[in-house]
Amino acid sequence: MLARVGDQMERMGRATAAGMAEFGLGAVLLAQCIYWVVVGHRRAQPVRLDAAFARCMEVGILAIPIVTLMALTIGIMLAIQGIYSLRVFGAEEQVVLGVGMSVVREFGPLITGILVAGRTGSSLAARIGTMRISQEIDALSVMGINPVRFIVAPALIAMMIMVPTLTFWSSIVMLAGSGWYISVDLGMSWAAYIERLTEIIKFGDVLHGLGKSLLFGVLITLVGVINGTLVSGGAEGVGKMTTRSVVISICAIIVTDMVFAFIATRS
Amino acid sequence: MSTIAISEHRSNAPADPELMAAPPMIEVRDLITHYGTREILHGINLSVRQGEIMVIMGGSGSGKSTLLNALLGLLRPTSGTIRLLGQDLNAISDVERTKLRQKMGVAFQGGALFSSLNVLENIMLPLREHTKLDRNTMRIMARMKMQVVSLSGFENLMPAELSGGMIKRAALARAIVMDPRILFCDEPSAGLDPVVSSAIDELILNLRDAMGMSIVVVTHELESAFKIADRICVLDKGHILTVGTVEEVRNSANERIQNLLNRRTEAEVLDPDEYLRRLTGMQQ
Repeated sequence: MLARVGDQMERMGRATAAGMAEFGLGAVLLAQCIYWVVVGHRRAQPVRLDAAFARCMEVGILAIPIVTLMALTIGIMLAIQGIYSLRVFGAEEQVVLGVGMSVVREFGPLITGILVAGRTGSSLAARIGTMRISQEIDALSVMGINPVRFIVAPALIAMMIMVPTLTFWSSIVMLAGSGWYISVDLGMSWAAYIERLTEIIKFGDVLHGLGKSLLFGVLITLVGVINGTLVSGGAEGVGKMTTRSVVISICAIIVTDMVFAFIATRS
Repeated sequence: MSTIAISEHRSNAPADPELMAAPPMIEVRDLITHYGTREILHGINLSVRQGEIMVIMGGSGSGKSTLLNALLGLLRPTSGTIRLLGQDLNAISDVERTKLRQKMGVAFQGGALFSSLNVLENIMLPLREHTKLDRNTMRIMARMKMQVVSLSGFENLMPAELSGGMIKRAALARAIVMDPRILFCDEPSAGLDPVVSSAIDELILNLRDAMGMSIVVVTHELESAFKIADRICVLDKGHILTVGTVEEVRNSANERIQNLLNRRTEAEVLDPDEYLRRLTGMQQ
């Protein structure tokens, strides 16, 4: 009995240590990316901007259709729920307040983050995992090409540009979606809706949302890359780590979101 | 009358005395490596001269891949030194190591071609990253190497569209595109049919004769090893059994070497106590 408790304790300890190690790995990766972006040119090993733009295309532009569709749907859903719950007080008109604030500060970044985690975080983990197994990462190292500079830094740059951009876009689409429903259901004119929105939403709210999404972009990249590098054992290993990458990214996004919201509303 | 120089086929010939005196291109001293707590290589000593083809041979689990990874700097040894071109691989700075690596080429077992780049871009990659040549020059240089490995005309194919032999050729072309002083080949002929595999062997011999590079080949294919090697290093369970010319290895009296050459499996000598322990799964 005591031995079994001991075993459990040991397993927990090892898992905790491994988790901390991954945190450390993430910090090291981030530091190395910054290092290569800053120092790369001087060492004749620049971070390739064309590679970063190619990633931008993949991460951002190609994600626009799905992000738009989801944002539109969620915008309409928010309006429906808002009007329904405010009807109790006979305050349907106030739905603009709820929608405006929650979309820009919360739903825009969160939904975009989750979509990108599912789309890009998984592909990043799978790509790096496959490259590891097929020795492409080793090949880079022995060619004197630093894998962090060559693969991770462009991906990180692309995510830091595209996740906020996508968030901005999806927030606008969400607001348009709820605006459409509100105009149909409550007969509010578009002009009145937009005027109301501009009164409610402050520049600080937009910054709050975009700042969060920047953080999400960094998180998704690091989680994807770390899980990719931890792949072992062939195709099954790649699948396992890809799943793990998505689950951890989404958890990390939600937890960070809460912490960020808490800190940002204190000041 | 002009004289025509005919390049002599030098395989299996004793090395030039001049070259024998030159400092070794690769020098390994007392190399010990671990995976976790398990010791894999138990004190390896090896040197490779200029223009020499050294074949590292051994069965599965003999430690030959570990030795290669250590030579490539992918695995940090527990102790011992590895000197490539006179520089200690694990003591030099990152910048120096990057420079050193531009003088070595590696053809990995599975090719390790980048799946997002086509064949030409794959071969051009080291040039793009390490030189300031313009794009056209790089393209011409890459095409020249493709000619060397008889892969002309396949520039625009993606790695997924290549056959096994073509992947190995492309990997070789990428490995030699910077004209390295040392070339490492990991199982260059494994998994290929005899004709293609023999063509790859020829290619390796030609590369050495034309460019004078030192070549380290890791393989378990006896036929190919005997064909290309100047010297063979036989590894077994993390120890070097022998290093010698093809003849010396063939005529070796060592039982384990003969077993390897004649593809005999070794009867494991096990004492009854040990056997019982293994069955019951008890630790010693």
